[in-house]
Amino acid sequence: MAQPADFAQEALPDGGQSLRFSGTLAIAAIGTLDERLRDLPATISKIDLSQIEHIDTVGAWLIYRTARDHDAQIVGADKDAQKLIEAVSGVDAQPEVPAPSTPRLLWLVNEVGEAAVEAFATLLQFIGFIGQIVKAIFELILHPRRFRIHAVVQHFDMVGVRALGIIGLMSFLIGIVIAQQGAVQLRQFGAEVFTVNLVGRLTLRELGILMTAIMVAGRSGSAFAAQIGTMKITEEIDAMRTIGVVPTEALVIPRVLATVVMMPLLGIYSSIVAITGGGLLCWIALDIPPATFIQRIREVTPITDFYVGMIKAPVFGAIIAMAGCFQGMRVQGNSEEVGLKTTAAVVQAIFLVIVLDAFFAVFFSYVGWD
Amino acid sequence: MQPIISVRGLHNAFGDQVIHHDLDLDVMPGEILGVVGGSGTGKSVLMRSIIGLQEPQAGEITVFAESMRGKEEDEATDVRRRWGVLFQGGALFSTLTVAENVQVPLKEFYPDFSRSMLDELARYKIHLSGLPQDAAHKYPSELSGGMKKRAGLARALAMDPELLFLDEPTAGLDPIGAAKFDELTLSLKETLGLTVFLITHDLDSLYAICDRVAVLADEKVIAIDKIDALLATKHPWIHEYFSGPRGRAARPFDRREK
Repeated sequence: MAQPADFAQEALPDGGQSLRFSGTLAIAAIGTLDERLRDLPATISKIDLSQIEHIDTVGAWLIYRTARDHDAQIVGADKDAQKLIEAVSGVDAQPEVPAPSTPRLLWLVNEVGEAAVEAFATLLQFIGFIGQIVKAIFELILHPRRFRIHAVVQHFDMVGVRALGIIGLMSFLIGIVIAQQGAVQLRQFGAEVFTVNLVGRLTLRELGILMTAIMVAGRSGSAFAAQIGTMKITEEIDAMRTIGVVPTEALVIPRVLATVVMMPLLGIYSSIVAITGGGLLCWIALDIPPATFIQRIREVTPITDFYVGMIKAPVFGAIIAMAGCFQGMRVQGNSEEVGLKTTAAVVQAIFLVIVLDAFFAVFFSYVGWD
Repeated sequence: MQPIISVRGLHNAFGDQVIHHDLDLDVMPGEILGVVGGSGTGKSVLMRSIIGLQEPQAGEITVFAESMRGKEEDEATDVRRRWGVLFQGGALFSTLTVAENVQVPLKEFYPDFSRSMLDELARYKIHLSGLPQDAAHKYPSELSGGMKKRAGLARALAMDPELLFLDEPTAGLDPIGAAKFDELTLSLKETLGLTVFLITHDLDSLYAICDRVAVLADEKVIAIDKIDALLATKHPWIHEYFSGPRGRAARPFDRREK
């Protein structure tokens, strides 16, 4: 095993002091040498390297720094040591650039200001993005040959067909939960039979669509942001532009269209499965036979509830797909951005969906569809 | 002399596709070994096998006389602190500045080093790799391709390695940048006494800095020798590689035939 790096101080006749180094002046054996050298008195005039076994750049740097700070002379360095010391000393020829730093308060003001500007810029970008989509829609109407039917069908599969399993399972459980909780509460008034109203109206009007939207935002909105973001980093989108392909037409329109078409279908599916789940619980827990349950559902659920759901679904779909594509397009620079923008896409999509849902709830009550 | 890297009977395959079969290779201390081969002959796979990123199906790999087969990331740390690896794209950590990138291995292995010591070390490593000092506080996304490679080199040199793996260091650099990188590799080898395992397609690098060249073809190392000796071999691929139009153009003037 190599000797750890060490040094001994010796007084010189001229009043200065000499440092005699020994052992291995290498990174693995350097130990606390750095602190000990920093704490030396300022009278070192000679550094003796004749006793050292081995030296690497870390050792060379420490020797060079000590010699520089104390204006000392290095003696006894062999050829390797000289080469290394010379190599590391070159760094002083360049001025040191301090890390950029700002005072706390200024930093806070900066952050707030940047966030405000960023929020405003994002809003402008989003308006521009919607403009691009509208423009692309008109372009595609004028030039239907440029419409990418294959991409749309592929996204039907990704957004719709492949989501059937998870959305079905989720809706089934939600239906059971609504029925079970409803039955427990309504039993206090002896009104268990109204559980059917609860299941039918709640799933068709609100929860079927809302839960589907949240699931689609998590599944597909995030995927859109990640796909497009990665394509931006790998310069695929730039490549498209140079070939004359409009990225909005090729990437955004198929995704938005597919989601807008798939959301109502998934919404209907989700509602039906949830009603099935609720019906199953009513059958088991409340002894309402399936035939009666279905008949009751048809009586108590107005057709307007279905309309409400079907009007909301495509709007939610558009919001989710646009948020995903928009955030994907905003990715710049490195891979970390993809993660950040994907998160932003999902959060924004779900937030906007819930805000719009509240708006729709008030609106439909107002127009008398309640 | 004991070889620093010794590969015996290496077998690598992805599914049905055999990359290496019964491959042997020795890398001697203090040499720059150039590794060449056509695309898909497994140059990078060979490097990844040696540094333990790819588990081969069979064969023995020793680095600094320690076997690297089946070693996890937290094993064989004594070997890991003695090598540095430069990946093709630099593979810098994108959330850290260049200086912080250089400090990552130092902090990992020597957590006791003081803040100012780490800063000083990062500073002269960045200098050694030929980057200007103002690059130290930049993020990888703010650097050009050539600067990323130099920053990657600075990180690879952080631990004062004895063995340096370079994966196509000059690919994508302009001729001036590539020549400077070659010079840098050579001067680092001479000042720091490095052994270098260099994967390259760059014929100029092979002539300028490699002590020996290993040629990968037909699933093994078909030849490993000084470049002059390789020029004399009759293997069709080697002949085409070094005596094709580009190979001839890269040859130093005094070695050109006729």
